[in-house]
Amino acid sequence: MLFIAQTALELGFVYALVSMALYLSYRVLDIADLTTDASFVLGAAVSVAFAAKGHPVIGIFAAMTAGSLAGSVTAVLQTKMGVPSILAGIITNTGLYTINLLAMGWSSNLSLLKQKTIFTMLRDTGIGGNWYEFLLISVIVILAALFLIWFLSTRLGLSIRATGDNKDMVSASSINPGGMITIGLCIANAYTALSGAVVGQMQKAADINSGTGIVVVGLACLIIGETIFGKGKASKSMVAVIVGSVIYRLIYAIVLKTAIVPIECLKLVTATIVALAIAAPTMKNKAKLNKQKTDSMKRRGI
Amino acid sequence: MLKINNISKTFNTGTINEKVAVKNLSLHMSEGEFATIIGSNGAGKSTLFNAIAGSFIVDEGSVFLGGEDVTFYPDYKRSKEIGRLFQDPLKGTAPNMTIEENLALAYLRAGKGFSPFSRISKSDREFFAHHLELLGMGLEERMNQPVGLLSGGQRQALTLLMATIVPPKILLLDEHTAALDPKTAEKVLELTEDIVSRNNITCLMITHNMTQALSLGNRTLMMNEGNIVFDVSGEERKNMSINDLLIKFREGAGQDLDNDRILLS
Repeated sequence: MLFIAQTALELGFVYALVSMALYLSYRVLDIADLTTDASFVLGAAVSVAFAAKGHPVIGIFAAMTAGSLAGSVTAVLQTKMGVPSILAGIITNTGLYTINLLAMGWSSNLSLLKQKTIFTMLRDTGIGGNWYEFLLISVIVILAALFLIWFLSTRLGLSIRATGDNKDMVSASSINPGGMITIGLCIANAYTALSGAVVGQMQKAADINSGTGIVVVGLACLIIGETIFGKGKASKSMVAVIVGSVIYRLIYAIVLKTAIVPIECLKLVTATIVALAIAAPTMKNKAKLNKQKTDSMKRRGI
Repeated sequence: MLKINNISKTFNTGTINEKVAVKNLSLHMSEGEFATIIGSNGAGKSTLFNAIAGSFIVDEGSVFLGGEDVTFYPDYKRSKEIGRLFQDPLKGTAPNMTIEENLALAYLRAGKGFSPFSRISKSDREFFAHHLELLGMGLEERMNQPVGLLSGGQRQALTLLMATIVPPKILLLDEHTAALDPKTAEKVLELTEDIVSRNNITCLMITHNMTQALSLGNRTLMMNEGNIVFDVSGEERKNMSINDLLIKFREGAGQDLDNDRILLS
């Protein structure tokens, strides 16, 4: 049981980076960034490829750079070339499939055998005991969260938030909305790639399909967290995505262990939860309107 | 402060919808001048503002702001020096950000010497609170609330403060009180006069209220068919009645003032 909790905690923290990325692109910028799936794989592929050559730490930073480049492609497609934002993400996502294969040496997966990873490097120092993986992950994730909180309160961060909040205001201010979207998507995809990079070195493998549906899972974690903590300041949202992500992984682990729901169905369940959660405000409004209508019809005796 | 030389702008050139919006318009505004603008529907008032703000590049002529040629600058590059308010009070503020964050954004973007990574300090916060207090709406007590919770009048007052917290080279007011109820509109106008005169801001204000056109500021411009047909200031303006203004308009434009929203109150 402790092992399940530990795994859930580790995976929850590391996948929280994807939810942070989605917080930035979906909540702050109001863009559904579908580059996410491929960015995650890109991060894993680049990081594992570097680790395979003996450079695990450089691999992490290279993965983030690659992710932000992917984000900038999506951003340029939508801000400079008029491609609708969702389609821009899908196009980049599709193109990245080839890039990801290339990064893994034209193979659909890439494994590490005896090579160093950031985790084995920490294990060899003896710091953290049995919890060394969680220790490293939590340090990375907490640093990432603190950076995002700080960043969103700077002039640049405020400008990015305003871009997602009120386009009219931004165009009347000295803010270049295209530039803000580009910076936002670069950071978001760097975070997604960081998540993939850490997962890749943790599992000592990168797989071309490891990112499938990750955007929906990330949104689910974001929504779970926001349901518990509510929407609010960036700091609150960071706690929310981490907790949401851990809860999701706990549920995942329990389902896996007890087989209440066949594990093959989990993606369907996740998709349903996300769809319902995003649809909830609209459905509530409709129900309210319907109630008003039936009430006033009753009063008229119809 | 503002120098517009012979600008022209035609929309939809070469199509059946071709429309000459502004034709050979020139306008000089010295520092601290506050001019009201009235005119018929489609006279080119908003087009003039768009030309100054850089929403489009003019076909001919040039625009100088504070001695600098900004004719070919994109809007976001110019707007650092320009404050602009629209009729819609929702246009100027970000609803999901707090009052403080909105002010911080306006302050950090327009102020000199701020890097992209600057944040507001405690003294900045006190500075904001002081300015909010001057609005007399109690907003200084609500700095951590999202702007979406404020009324239209409060949001417009906040937008005005944001546009002027670092005094711009020119303030463009596009019927900024027209969507407010009369009492709130009066309050926002009072604040406008107060802020503009206190900071000696050069200001252009479009209005459809003839009384305001004469009582506010120190100069009145009348526009028709893409040009300024009547320009009055000083003693002559002081002694003018609305009726005189209408007569002058007819003389200048060769037709009656035709605006379905003009108020003669």
